[in-house]
Amino acid sequence: MTQKNPNPTDSTGWFDRTENVRKVLTGLFIACTLVVLIDVVFWITGFDKHPYLKWQQWPGFQAVYGFVSCAALVMASNYVLRPLVKRNQDFYESDSKEGENDA
Amino acid sequence: MPDSLPPASIYFLGAILIPFFRGQARQVFALLVPLVGFANYFTIDKGIDWTFELLDFELILGRADAWSLIFLNIFTILSFVGILYIVRDNKALDLSAGLLYAGSAMGVVMAGDLVSMFFFWEMLTLGAVMCIVARNTESSGRAAYRYLLVHVLGGVLLLAGLAIHIASGGSTAFDEIELAGPGAWLMFIGFGINCAWPVIGSWLTDTYPEASYGGLIFMATYTTKAAIYVLARTFPGEEVLLWIGLIMVTLPLLYAAIENDLRRVLAYCLINQVGFMVVGIGLGKELSLNGTAAHAYCHILYKALLFMAVGSVLYRTGKSKATELGGLYKSMPVTALFCCIGALSTSAPLFCGFVSKSLIMSTAAKEGEFLIWAALLFASAGVFLLAGLKVLFFAFFSKDSGTRCEEAPPNQLLAMGIVAVLSLLVGSFPDTFLYPMLPFAEVTYEPYTVAHVTDQITLLLFSGLAFTLLIRSGFYPAVIRSTNLDFDVLYRKTSPKIYSVCDKALNRFNESAGKFFIGKVARGASNFFSSGVSRIACHIMTPLWKLQGHGEQQIEEERHVLFKRAKYGAFPIGVTALFSVVLLGLLAVVFLLRD
Repeated sequence: MTQKNPNPTDSTGWFDRTENVRKVLTGLFIACTLVVLIDVVFWITGFDKHPYLKWQQWPGFQAVYGFVSCAALVMASNYVLRPLVKRNQDFYESDSKEGENDA
Repeated sequence: MPDSLPPASIYFLGAILIPFFRGQARQVFALLVPLVGFANYFTIDKGIDWTFELLDFELILGRADAWSLIFLNIFTILSFVGILYIVRDNKALDLSAGLLYAGSAMGVVMAGDLVSMFFFWEMLTLGAVMCIVARNTESSGRAAYRYLLVHVLGGVLLLAGLAIHIASGGSTAFDEIELAGPGAWLMFIGFGINCAWPVIGSWLTDTYPEASYGGLIFMATYTTKAAIYVLARTFPGEEVLLWIGLIMVTLPLLYAAIENDLRRVLAYCLINQVGFMVVGIGLGKELSLNGTAAHAYCHILYKALLFMAVGSVLYRTGKSKATELGGLYKSMPVTALFCCIGALSTSAPLFCGFVSKSLIMSTAAKEGEFLIWAALLFASAGVFLLAGLKVLFFAFFSKDSGTRCEEAPPNQLLAMGIVAVLSLLVGSFPDTFLYPMLPFAEVTYEPYTVAHVTDQITLLLFSGLAFTLLIRSGFYPAVIRSTNLDFDVLYRKTSPKIYSVCDKALNRFNESAGKFFIGKVARGASNFFSSGVSRIACHIMTPLWKLQGHGEQQIEEERHVLFKRAKYGAFPIGVTALFSVVLLGLLAVVFLLRD
């Protein structure tokens, strides 16, 4: 059912074109700027967000928190967890093969 | 509820009958069973029904209240979606497994006492094992065995806890239980194994990726959520659950970030979301318990959608690893769209995750649990990053792997479409489709406030921004083929060692015991009973014959005759009579001496 495309670079998917990827990224950056601006407007106008915690009222709190948590999450897993837990792909399989040989 | 049937009975009957159908009839029948279940759901009124007595226990198979009905509702919907998703292959084992699994989960949520709950709880394991075996590979066979062992252990703990609980004066009532005494603790841990708690829950990420492409939909729906239901009914407000939940919402995300198998990424994120529900139970407030029920409902929807999208990729390409996939949006655009909806459903406004998660987070903030609240916010961003963006990106949009395949078959697209629409409906109109079903319907909550919506969009956009920048700067952990150690190493590596120690020690003991008892003791006994009497008789007679003056030759002949006669009991009648008289005489002496 599946087949390898002999020459993957020849495909003309929408995302294969650099300018399209750039469009998506630009959209993302604009959206990010916009929501932060809205947050700042809320702060300046004193819009009451009815926060449960006072930090939620700070402008850009969610933006910073979202960005930092994701970056920290990825960094921690890459530089702390991975060196600790990484093993060969056949870490468990090699065992069962030994077991089968024993049997 | 006199006109309705226990939901489990419909599904069990369906599961048993599936193998008797052939061809299209089987497909039609398999789809009919959940439809009948669905029709039956609407006839169930609140109340208690289907009770009977068994060995001094009152078994209640039907306790219909808000708690059980919301779970029954989503379990019923997913049973249809799951069967629709796998019906094309028309494999009896897969279809039976799905129906049995669904029926067991419904039995758990409808059970009104702990004994019948336990019965259905164990049936869940059977359904899950069948779903893993259905993958039909060597490693899935081994995974199914590991799954079985872990869950049998959990079942034994639960049964022991239940027995101690009842023996120490507790009732079989399936209601709030005080977490005190060994009985309650054993049950608590037994529930925790199915709920995928830290350390004892590593079976989940170990075995889920080994399940069949469709069986995983059932697995992701039933076992953990049935456990959440049971925990919410028995141990609401236990503070220890807060800390268990805290670990569940954070640690698995770290694993998900470096995991290569996309189905395992989703499994880690599943634990993270179940962690939200555990926190909700631990907070124990009406709003947070509502949040647990609502989030179980919504999480089942979007996790099923994500697992179905990745399942279809596996179905079409035979691959589920990030290193082997990429660029599939060209071949499977509709599946990619549904995966997008699944990703958004984790927490974006208008989708179902948005209206359920915030109930739990609001309670945490209101109760002043800042650490918990911060962890939940971290987890919200993280799960969108991993279950959403990572899976979506590496399966469909990353560098083209060159794999070309067909779009997912229509039945799978339809199944995904149903769930996607439900996610939108529930997320956009929670006051119609979700909140009225919640256990504490009088507690109101308004998710669509300006601040909540903008805050959530900000959080998601910035986690998307983080993902984009990390990927483009090369800081995102490269997807590599590797095994990441988790707590399942405890049983996967140590149990073979324990086995080999037992094998060596016990088998050696067995062997020497065998040599001694079979080789020596048994042979001696056998010799004694077959010819011992004859030998004794010969030993007694030989001196007498010597006294009579028989020669060596003659004695040897006499011995030979006597040995044979004694061995086969073939004495002449006269001798037998003599023995009888002697025996009677001895008995008489015994009787006389007795006084």
